[in-house]
Amino acid sequence: MRPASIRLRAGVVSLVILGLFLGAWQLAVGGSVATQQMDPEYAKLMGVSATQGKSAMPGPLDVGRTIWGHLRDPFYDRGSNDKGIGIQLAHSIARVALGFSLAVLVAIPVGFLIGMSPLMSRALDPFIQILKPVSPLAWMPLALYTIKDSGISAIFVIFICSLWPMLINTAFGVAGVRREWLNVARTLEVGPLRRAFTVILPAAAPTILTGMRISIGIAWLVIVAAEMLVGGTGIGYFVWNEWNNLSITNVITSILTIGLVGMVLDQLLAWAQRLVTFPE
Amino acid sequence: MSAVDDRLISIEGIAKRYPAPGGGETTIFSDLWLRVGRGEFVCVIGHSGCGKTTVLNILAGLDAPSGGAVVVDGREIAGPSLDRAVIFQGHALLPWKTVLGNVAYAVSSRWRRAPAAEVEARARAAIAKVGLAGSENKRPSELSGGMKQRVGIARALAIEPKILLMDEPFSALDALTRGTLQEEARRLCRETGQTVYMITHDVDEAIYLADKIVLMTNGPGARIAEIVENPLPPDRRQGEIHHDPNYYALRNHLIDFLVSRSTTFRDNPPAGWTAKNPPVVRPGGAAEARPRPLREGEVDRRQAAAG
Repeated sequence: MRPASIRLRAGVVSLVILGLFLGAWQLAVGGSVATQQMDPEYAKLMGVSATQGKSAMPGPLDVGRTIWGHLRDPFYDRGSNDKGIGIQLAHSIARVALGFSLAVLVAIPVGFLIGMSPLMSRALDPFIQILKPVSPLAWMPLALYTIKDSGISAIFVIFICSLWPMLINTAFGVAGVRREWLNVARTLEVGPLRRAFTVILPAAAPTILTGMRISIGIAWLVIVAAEMLVGGTGIGYFVWNEWNNLSITNVITSILTIGLVGMVLDQLLAWAQRLVTFPE
Repeated sequence: MSAVDDRLISIEGIAKRYPAPGGGETTIFSDLWLRVGRGEFVCVIGHSGCGKTTVLNILAGLDAPSGGAVVVDGREIAGPSLDRAVIFQGHALLPWKTVLGNVAYAVSSRWRRAPAAEVEARARAAIAKVGLAGSENKRPSELSGGMKQRVGIARALAIEPKILLMDEPFSALDALTRGTLQEEARRLCRETGQTVYMITHDVDEAIYLADKIVLMTNGPGARIAEIVENPLPPDRRQGEIHHDPNYYALRNHLIDFLVSRSTTFRDNPPAGWTAKNPPVVRPGGAAEARPRPLREGEVDRRQAAAG
């Protein structure tokens, strides 16, 4: 008998782990805890966990029902505090896309400059070294104060956190282009602009895309926190709002959704990276 | 210089110095003079570190001399030019481009305004010339070492340069492939009367390919010891050159130089040797079928006889 492919076996193991996890989850929340005799008024405040012995933590079936509900109607809009999860996600993705694109527009040209000029590399290095480790959320008050618009401030925070990995990777990729390829361009009397686009950019593209992939991951991490701060719309706001509503099922649903979207964003850039990677 | 003659390259007293660790300067070579005629195939041999690659890079315009000048076709060179194509030791193909893309890149750099169809036609013709027709859409990673270097040759020849500069182009190949490529390189260069300046450390390669072999002494402070004219007939064939009566005279002369004279020459140059006019010698000749190795001082006599 031929052993099944590793892919198939891994898939089976994944399913088993998922099944075990869901089963344990269901068991953990399905049991009952001791109920207490208490004043009916107080019992109302304490909710079902205290009065009926039922866990406040939803089980997988509850979460499944909620997800199904969201999937059936992801784009409803019943006022500022009750929008479908699809609308919230769309806001978050739009902010990330905008901030990330702005960062690309700045990071790649500046990265080229740093990578090609040892002088600029040294001159800009202290700024990058100091600004890079700053948590992007620390920029938020400054952004709110200067921009005076919470939506644009969130986009600015995404911009600033996406900037550094792309900038550093672009500079690294550009500085590392093989001398012999540059010499080919020089002996062919290729001008600086054409050289940048036909030799340096393709040669550095895999490294640049690595930086972009790191950036989009960080941007997606940061948007949730940023939206919790600025509020209004977005998946981060949705999580915080549902926490205030004590809707743990919706919080768990959001966690899953954030993970899925993050994976899709990462895979998109991984696919783009495969397009520009060349075998040597 | 008002050199109106068949000299295509004139290296005029170039030097290369680097700052030495701990102050001062290291002179790789200085006061180097060499003339290469139009249509000549010149091979430079010498040990590693004698600066032969630096000379080639200066000719290519990729490096600048610390002193002196190089005149090509009556003009002092300043930087790289499409007139001087380089075949790099490590082929230096752009790995993200196909074979056709690599050659077309050179063609479109040479003829900037040429329509795409013409660029492609020229590139395809150059690829066919080196025997790679049918592999146009392959990437360099799909090619063997010999095929990659063929693409390198096609790329260099496609721009129809005045001078072809080759830096040990076949040294990374296995012996069989090297032989085939040497044969094709010689055929292609003879067909078009290509002027070639090539570096090698392979004596047999120099004997087969070169019209003139330039012998460089060891560095630092390397010099051109002499220029050896190849006495073998121009229609020589690779498998048969060792039957030529002059073959061993030439080969022994070259090997003697590499083994012993390349180290002693710098401190004891023969009487009458000048950097500006290194002697031209022609080993072998009708009288000697198997000459004994040349001794120092004999060079001048032979040069007088030859020139």
